[in-house]
Amino acid sequence: MKIACTVNGRARTVDGAWEGESLLSVLRDRMQLPGSKNACEQGECGSCSVYMDGVLVCACLVLGGQANDRTIVTIEGLATGTALHAVQQAFVEAGAVQCGFCTPGLVVATHDLLARFPEPSVMQIREALAGNICRCTGYAKIIDAVQLAARRIAVDEHSAR
Amino acid sequence: MTEHPRLAPRTPVTGRVGDSVQRPDAVLKVKGDFPYSSDLQVEGMLWGATVRSPHPYARIGSIDASEALASPGVRAVLTHEDVPGRKVYGLEIPDQPVLAFDVARYWGEAVALVAADSPEEARRAAHKVQVDYQVLVPLTDPELALTPDAPSLHEGGNVTRQVRIRHGDQNARAEVVVTGEYEIGMQDQAPLGPESGLAIPDGQGGVDLYIATQWLHIDRDQLAECLALSREKVRLTLAGVGGAFGAREDLSMQAHACMLALRTGRPVKIAYSRPESFVGHVHRHPGRLRYEHGATRDGKLVYVKARILLDGGAYASSSTAVIANACCFAVGPYECPNATIDGWVVYTNNPPCGAMRGFGSVQNCYAHEAQMDKLAAALSMDPVELRIRNAMKTGSSMVTGQVVEGPVPVADLLRRVRDVALPPATTSDPVDLTEMPGGVSNTTHGEGVKRGVGYAVGFKNIGYSEGFNDYSTARVRLSVVGGRPRVEVHTASAEVGQGLVTVQAQIAGTELGVSDVVVLDADTAVGSAGSSSASRQTYVTGGAVKAACEAVRERVLSLAQSEMGGLSADAGDGRRLENDAIVSADGAVVVHLATLLGEEVIEETREFHPRRTAPLDPETGQADAHLQYAFAAHRAVVDVDTELGLVKVVELATAQDVGKAINPQAVEGQLEGGAAQGLGLALMEEIQVKDGVIRNASFTDYLLPTILDMPPLRMQILELGDPHSPYGLKGVGEPPTISSGPAIVAAIRAATGRPLSRAPVRPHDIVDTSPLPS
Repeated sequence: MKIACTVNGRARTVDGAWEGESLLSVLRDRMQLPGSKNACEQGECGSCSVYMDGVLVCACLVLGGQANDRTIVTIEGLATGTALHAVQQAFVEAGAVQCGFCTPGLVVATHDLLARFPEPSVMQIREALAGNICRCTGYAKIIDAVQLAARRIAVDEHSAR
Repeated sequence: MTEHPRLAPRTPVTGRVGDSVQRPDAVLKVKGDFPYSSDLQVEGMLWGATVRSPHPYARIGSIDASEALASPGVRAVLTHEDVPGRKVYGLEIPDQPVLAFDVARYWGEAVALVAADSPEEARRAAHKVQVDYQVLVPLTDPELALTPDAPSLHEGGNVTRQVRIRHGDQNARAEVVVTGEYEIGMQDQAPLGPESGLAIPDGQGGVDLYIATQWLHIDRDQLAECLALSREKVRLTLAGVGGAFGAREDLSMQAHACMLALRTGRPVKIAYSRPESFVGHVHRHPGRLRYEHGATRDGKLVYVKARILLDGGAYASSSTAVIANACCFAVGPYECPNATIDGWVVYTNNPPCGAMRGFGSVQNCYAHEAQMDKLAAALSMDPVELRIRNAMKTGSSMVTGQVVEGPVPVADLLRRVRDVALPPATTSDPVDLTEMPGGVSNTTHGEGVKRGVGYAVGFKNIGYSEGFNDYSTARVRLSVVGGRPRVEVHTASAEVGQGLVTVQAQIAGTELGVSDVVVLDADTAVGSAGSSSASRQTYVTGGAVKAACEAVRERVLSLAQSEMGGLSADAGDGRRLENDAIVSADGAVVVHLATLLGEEVIEETREFHPRRTAPLDPETGQADAHLQYAFAAHRAVVDVDTELGLVKVVELATAQDVGKAINPQAVEGQLEGGAAQGLGLALMEEIQVKDGVIRNASFTDYLLPTILDMPPLRMQILELGDPHSPYGLKGVGEPPTISSGPAIVAAIRAATGRPLSRAPVRPHDIVDTSPLPS
C-alpha cells in the first residue's frame, strides 16, 4: 500500500508497505529514520514515541496506513540544524544517557511533557514518563535532565520576552 | 565492492581521570542518530528469521523445508545439516547446538533458519517449515534433575558443576542456630536493544559481522569453529549495543546470520522481536538455597552451612562460573571461621541460564542477609550491629581461604547507610495518592499501610576468577592532525552503555596529556579485550590503555631526547606530558607535541594482565580464586499496603567503595541503574516458567521497574584506592545489583512480620491468603 505523510516537515511517500506494517517499521525500514526504537513493539516501553498530529503516540501501535495524510515528528525532527533542543542537551549533560536505546522515546516524551507543564513537579515527571522504560539509568538522571531542561527553557523564554 | 553499514562517527573526547566527562556518543543518542545493531541497513540485504521449538523437550525427526522454500521472497532455509563446522557452541562447555539436532531441549530453541527479502516474508516462511517433533516429557524440576533416576539431558548426567567448600572445623557447634530456605525466581536482563546484527559475506568465503555483543573475540572464536573458517576469515565489528547486563555473553543470532549470508552470498540482518529475545538469551539462574547459621550468644558467627541449587536450564552457558560465585560468596562479606558449602548447577528443560549482573552473588545475598536478620532477631540484637560485629576487614579470610587485601570497608558502608537521616513518614493531608502503594490506582489512602526499614550488604569478585586468563589489549596511536596532537585508542572492548568508551579516552587523555582523544570502533582487528562483564573492563582494558599510553609516552620522551637532547627518558626528572606538550616538573612547556612529532606517528600495543588467580580445589573449595572484591551496602525504606500486598519503595540509600571514580557521573549512573535492577528482582521481575514454557515473554507480562517504581537513591561513593589496580579503581557495575533487592525484602519483612523467603515478593506472599479456620 501507499502512505503519504509529512515527516519532520518533509512530504514523504512510501510505496509497497504491507497492510499490517506499523508506523514504526515504516519509519525505520522504509524512510531511513531508525531513531525511533524497536524495544518491545507492543506499546509498553515508549522507545518509539513520536508525535502524530501533535499527539504523543507509540509508533509501534500505529498502523503505517493510519499515518496517511498525517503529520509525524520523530526524534530526528527535534533538533534545529546542528543545535540540540534544550531537552536533548539536558539529557547529554545530566548523564541521562547510557546505552541510549530508551533515549529517543524519553526525549520526545519529555518534549511533550514540558510543552504541557513547563514547570513539572517530580511527581508530574514520574507520571508523564511512566510509559518509558529505561533499563540502564534507574531514572534518577532522567529526572535531573527533565528539570534541567525545564529551567533552561524557562530562562530562554524569559529572555525572549 | 561490498557496501558496509554506517557506524557511529568518531567524536573526540577531552577529559581526565576523575572528571565527569561527557560520553562521546551522547549527542548522537539524543538525536536518534546513533546506529544500533538493529538499525543497520545495506543495499540488497536479506532478513533472517528463526524457526523455534514449540516444545521444551522433543525428539526431532525430519525437517521439511519445501513449503517454506516455495514461499514468496525466500532465498534460503537452513537446518543443522547446513552447519559447516562444529555443530555446538558454548562459553565453558560446547553443548548448545547452533541449530537443534536429534533433540530440542528447551522451549524456543532454534531449529531452522530462513532468509527472505523482507522481515515479514521471512517470518511467514518460518511458520511453514515442517518439523517432525516427537514430544518428550520435560525435566523441569532441578531437585529431580539431581536424582539418579532422572533422565540424563546431556552425556555425563545433569550436574553441570558441583562446588564443595570445606573451611575450618566441619563439626563446629554454636549456642544459637537459625535455619532458612530461600527461593529466587528467574530474572531477565531485558536490555532494551534486541539481539541483532548484520552479516556481510566478503565473496571469498569469509564474513564480516556487525554485532551487539559483550565480547567480540569469544564470538569470533566460536563462529570460526561453527562455520569451519579460520579466525582471519571471521571479522567482527561492534555495532551500537542497546544494553547487555549479561544477556549478550552467549551467541544468539551471530552464527545464524553468518550461515545465511555465506549461503546466499548476500548481506543478512537478523533482529529479534521482544518475545523472541526472551528465548534468544540466557537468564539469571533461579535458585533454591538452604542455610544454617551458628553463632555465639554475643553475636559472632561460628559456622555457616549452605546448600545451593541453581537451575541452569538446557545448556551450560556460564553456569560453571556462576555456581562457583554462588558458593564463594555464600556467607556474605562476613568473617566466618567454619563453613560447609555445597552447590550444584543442573541441566533441566527450562530456559538456559547464565550471566546476569551480579553473576551468582545475587541469589545468595537474599539468603545470607535474611539469615543475618533472623540471627539478629534470635539474639535480640540490632541487625546492623550484628553485621558490623561480623564484618570482614582487611586481612580477613574468605571461606575459600583467600585473604582479602586492600580496603575492606564493610562495617563503614553499613554505618554510613544506617546514619543517613530517615525519610519523613508519608502523612500529607489530603493524601497524595502518588506517594501511596498502588499510586493513582486509588487503592488506599493510608489505611493498612505500614513502613519498614531493611538493610543488606553484599560483595563479589571483579574480573575473571579461578585461573581464567584475564587480559586485555590496547593499541594507542599518537599523531598530529590539523596541527594538533591526536590520540587514537583502539581496543576490542564492548561499550554496552556503561561508559567504557569515555573511560578509555579519559585514561589516554590523562596519560598522554592530549586534549583530542578518539576511541576507534571496537573490532577484531586488534587483540582481545575480554568481555564487558564481571565489572572488569575499566580495570583490565583501562589497564591496557594505560600501559599502551605509557609505552607511547616513553617513546615521545626518547624522541625528544634524541631530537633536542638534555631530556631523560625516564619520568624520574619530573617531565611529563600535559596540555599537548612535554612540560617540565614546574609545568613550563619544554616542547609542544605537534612540533616534536611533525609527521611522525608513534603507535604501541600492549596487553595488560592482572594477577593470576587459581582454581578452587575440587574437594575443599580452597584457593586464591579471585582478583579483587567489591562491596556495597543498601538501606531500603518501604511503605507496604498490608491488605493488598502492594509495596512502595520510599527511598534507597547506598554506600559503595569504588576505589577511584574514573568518571564520577558514570559511577553514579551504575549505582542508580544497578539498584533499579535489584529492585526489579525484589518486587516484580520474574520469568514465569510452567512445564518448561515461558508464560510472560513480553514487556506487557514481564514487569520492569518504571520511573514511578524507582525511589530517590541517596549515594555515598567512597574512593579508598586498591593498591593493586590501575588508579586504585574497583569494578563498579555489579555490586549495586546485589544488596539493593535483599534490603528491600528485609524492609518488607520489617513492615509486615512475614517471613518472605522468596524473591520476587508477590502480593500473596505479603497478604495471608490461607483459608480462615472454620
